[in-house]
Amino acid sequence: MTTQTIRVDIVSAEAEIYHGDAVMVVATGELGELGITPRHAPLITRLKPGHVDVVLAGGERQQFWVSGGILEVQPQVITVLADTAARASDLDEASAQRAKKEAEDALAHRTDAVDIAEAQAKLVEAMTQLQALERLRKNLKH
Amino acid sequence: MASGREIKTKIKSTQNMRKVTRALEMVSAAKIRRAQDMMKASRPYARSMRKVIAHVAQASTDFSHPFLTQREKVARVGYIVVSTDRGLCGGLNSNLFRRLLPAIAEWQQQGVQVDVVAIGQKAISFFRRLKGVNLIGSVSHLGERPKLEQLVGVIKVMMDAYTSNGLDRVFLAYNDFVNTMTQKPTIDALLPLPLVASEMEAHQAAGESAYAGVKLEASHDWDYIYEPDAQTVLEHVLGRYIESVVYQASLENLASEHAARMVAMKSASDNANKVIGELTLVYNKARQAAITQEISEIVGGAAAV
Repeated sequence: MTTQTIRVDIVSAEAEIYHGDAVMVVATGELGELGITPRHAPLITRLKPGHVDVVLAGGERQQFWVSGGILEVQPQVITVLADTAARASDLDEASAQRAKKEAEDALAHRTDAVDIAEAQAKLVEAMTQLQALERLRKNLKH
Repeated sequence: MASGREIKTKIKSTQNMRKVTRALEMVSAAKIRRAQDMMKASRPYARSMRKVIAHVAQASTDFSHPFLTQREKVARVGYIVVSTDRGLCGGLNSNLFRRLLPAIAEWQQQGVQVDVVAIGQKAISFFRRLKGVNLIGSVSHLGERPKLEQLVGVIKVMMDAYTSNGLDRVFLAYNDFVNTMTQKPTIDALLPLPLVASEMEAHQAAGESAYAGVKLEASHDWDYIYEPDAQTVLEHVLGRYIESVVYQASLENLASEHAARMVAMKSASDNANKVIGELTLVYNKARQAAITQEISEIVGGAAAV
């Protein structure tokens, strides 16, 4: 029996990030981690900032990072509409660290509710970027 | 025949005009590249979004969002019109308005009120003068890099009018960038979604490439699993959909503007060249005629002596 695959499209507002076939897609939905394989029921959900992994037919993993967005599952295709997305290998650790630090500083010093919410969102973004990088590094070691 | 000096002033002023048209042509040629890149970069997102929305429109959800229900009786319609801020871009804006006017006139004949949201200075001044049309919102001077934040306000005006103020249909009018020589004035349905889905089917039947690969399930007997729930997800998705489509339209229109201006200014420069050539010829002929006349006068005078 050949392994079933499903088409995957990952697009962000700025570019088409990934387009191809996969045996599984792993993403962080609003209610938790999702692992989607072919013949999944139609599903639509919002994505939290975090990683999106695409497992290819050969067992290879392609890793991406999204800052949030929408995931749609259809019988023939999985679509990820990301607000911003990047290949995990394109992420820059130094700038993510810097962003995290800046957000933490902002949180420590501001009192305005709007500022705090903004800084928190930035902090989450930076932290998930760092997590994605860490995961990528672990995978490379194996 | 005009005197030599008169012709010379004309040549001079045509040359000055040519300087201006050439400069405009070159500016647009430089800007079109980036506008085109921006437009192409965000096309996949807009297209995927349209696919998802078509699917959503086909799902038989229990939750009835106003965007998803098509009202039978149409009493008011809205148009979001995307135009340029500046002129000198050929017939770009007037072609779009010329496509819009019959549509608007038809609605008005049926006793339907027409509301307009104008994006760009040209649309604002056009619809301000047009009788029988309500201009309910406008934004202009988006610059060379339109940002979504600049458009959110006018989009909200239209969406609020749809959800609470009795708009039954919303359309989007803009110039679709085909290539540098061709820009297609386009009117797309935006809301409600069943209208969009059926329009998409029509486009597909006509074999238009932009809609290829948008596969629509004919059956209506399935529904999504919504996480966390239908209302939250749909509100989010539908909001994003409108924003991305309008944003894409403004990018397409920007690329169209530069392309149209480049072509218009190129032909203006060519025309100026032609006029200068013709005028120079006339000037030289006049000069020659004057000299000939002078010589024959001198010769005639000498013979008389």
